[in-house]
Amino acid sequence: MNLLNTILIGLKEIWAHKFRSILTMFGIVLGVASLVGMSAIVKGMENGMRESMIAMGGADRVVLEQQPVPSIQDHLADQAPGRTMRDVLALRRSAPMVRAVSPQMSIEEPTVTHGQKTADVWECAGVWNDVLEMNLHQLEYGRFFNDIDEENASPVCVIGVGVRDQLFGSPEELGYEVVPIGEEITINGQSFTIVGMFTRYMSEQEAKERQIAKASAGQAKDSSAQTGPKRRKGWGGRGGWAFTRKNMSLYIPLNTAWVRFRAAGDANGIPDPRLSNIEIKVRDLTKLEASLQQARNVLLITHNGIEDFNFRTQENQIESINKQIKNARLSGGIIAGISLLVGGIGIMNIMLASINERIREIGTCKALGATGIAIFTQIVVESVVLSVLGALAGLVASAGLVDILAFISPTGNSPVITWEARAVAMVFSAGVGIVAGLFPAIKAARLSPIQALRYE
Amino acid sequence: MALLELRNVSKIYHLGGEEIRALDGVSLDIDGGEFISIIGPSGSGKSTLMHILGCLDSPSKGEVRLDGMDISKASTAQLARVRNRTIGFVFQFFNLLPKLNVTQNVELPMIYAGIGGRERRERAHKALELVELSHRTKSRPNQLSGGQQQRVAIARALVNDPKIILADEPTGNLDTHTGELILALFRHLAAQGRTVILVTHNPEIAAVTPRRIEIRNGKVAERVDERLAGLDRPNAVAVH
Repeated sequence: MNLLNTILIGLKEIWAHKFRSILTMFGIVLGVASLVGMSAIVKGMENGMRESMIAMGGADRVVLEQQPVPSIQDHLADQAPGRTMRDVLALRRSAPMVRAVSPQMSIEEPTVTHGQKTADVWECAGVWNDVLEMNLHQLEYGRFFNDIDEENASPVCVIGVGVRDQLFGSPEELGYEVVPIGEEITINGQSFTIVGMFTRYMSEQEAKERQIAKASAGQAKDSSAQTGPKRRKGWGGRGGWAFTRKNMSLYIPLNTAWVRFRAAGDANGIPDPRLSNIEIKVRDLTKLEASLQQARNVLLITHNGIEDFNFRTQENQIESINKQIKNARLSGGIIAGISLLVGGIGIMNIMLASINERIREIGTCKALGATGIAIFTQIVVESVVLSVLGALAGLVASAGLVDILAFISPTGNSPVITWEARAVAMVFSAGVGIVAGLFPAIKAARLSPIQALRYE
Repeated sequence: MALLELRNVSKIYHLGGEEIRALDGVSLDIDGGEFISIIGPSGSGKSTLMHILGCLDSPSKGEVRLDGMDISKASTAQLARVRNRTIGFVFQFFNLLPKLNVTQNVELPMIYAGIGGRERRERAHKALELVELSHRTKSRPNQLSGGQQQRVAIARALVNDPKIILADEPTGNLDTHTGELILALFRHLAAQGRTVILVTHNPEIAAVTPRRIEIRNGKVAERVDERLAGLDRPNAVAVH
């Protein structure tokens, strides 16, 4: 019994009842389209979440937090040293499982001005060059700080592109791009020279939109421009938040921050040495626990055994993101699975009707020497051919469905159809076809040849 | 040893507690190359006998030997194989598959026999030449006349080179003239040394064959119907 012939006969059978077959297939078409569409949406969400995750510095970034001393050490609270450069240097020297250590001395609520304009800076801090790796920054213009800047506490700064937009105007407003290298700005009244500027950080969606806007800008410069605030897009606004935070940052050398902004809180002529933040990156994410233990051991020495610090990993966040993705996948999968199941029931129904119509034919085939297995295979193959044809149509439909979904839903994360989703949908609907064909096929295979031949 | 040996074969049906003996202790031998008719009125049990001879059914009692193989103890898969290789069926209503064309219909038994595509086409063509239908290979059954359809069915029955051709009222659905042509074809096949068994209720058709077995009330009748005697002219076509 060769399979090609079986498939051919199956196709003929389907072709002989075109309308009925198409109606039957429709269930599978919808099932596959919803399965692929769902997974595309989830994939889009996942991409959006991953992007913002990376924008926030990636999974291997760990924040060394200040925390109140544990109650058992309450009597030592006044000796708690806080996070200082001692910790940073000690970690660098003695914790080889830590890849990068980035100390930060923040300037809280800074007033950043250029001429009449003020920038709403989200993060203004004195930093080391490690911050580039820590927050995955990329310098587009100028340079970052060098040892001389650090040593001399030079009044230089590197700005995010958002700060430039607010102080000098954005390319969208001006029609050209300002590169403010060498310009003077003031931070809390102190004059600083801009020596570098970061690239613009944005989600893939935003990048696409900008490209489209750029392309259409030449043709349509009419007044139909949007008035009022732009609708915020993106998954929970979170991705947007992460990117804005990066774009609205302003960095100065660590020493500069210490000398120029911490002198007011001095003791015995030495400015307050406490850092506002220490962030570390571990060398190997799979050994996160061990790496953090090593860092903890080092820090316990520099802190004289007082545990006034803690590590905050992005692990929790990754976990919650993964959970959300899993949930979305599960619920989408269940819905799509149910519609495929309904499609399968439709196929089973039509196969039962089909074998009832063909009882005499089946009897003839048996008289001609068809074994039960041959009849069984024939019916199952027919059912699978139906479902696979439906699945193929469903794949085509899913592309359209995803376009429509992307159009009507303002998720910042455009749905992405993956080949895995397509493959899964194909395999699943073929499986549905097999299962739907089983019962009719067994029924047909078990028919007694005489009764089948005599059937009117 | 005969090609087909039936020893004391009974087929018993149970209908609502009542026992119905469709066949009751039938014994007969059919030799290879015989041209034979089984005749009997409807309800006589001739259909049941045909089903058992055609390996479509197993007897309740008794022994059936086909070519030395005990059919009464064979599995359904073995029976399917025997039907495929050893027996060629021709039905009253032709039983061609409506969605397949002539060639595909003729190829069907070879598909079940697992014969490769090229050989299938060659043998189907030869069989169709034999029944003089090689010009209608692409036609659908519903585009053919009754006689043509029955010839396709005969080609299909022949294509696996079976030892036995089992025809159930092969002319029952045809006009007299076409029926004669079909009977002539069967005689031709018998002359070639094939065993041909015609099952019919019509004595005129039974008259064509040299040997006749009459079934009455599930038993082989002792005496052949006298109406048949007068029509018994070997090598002659049935009179209308």
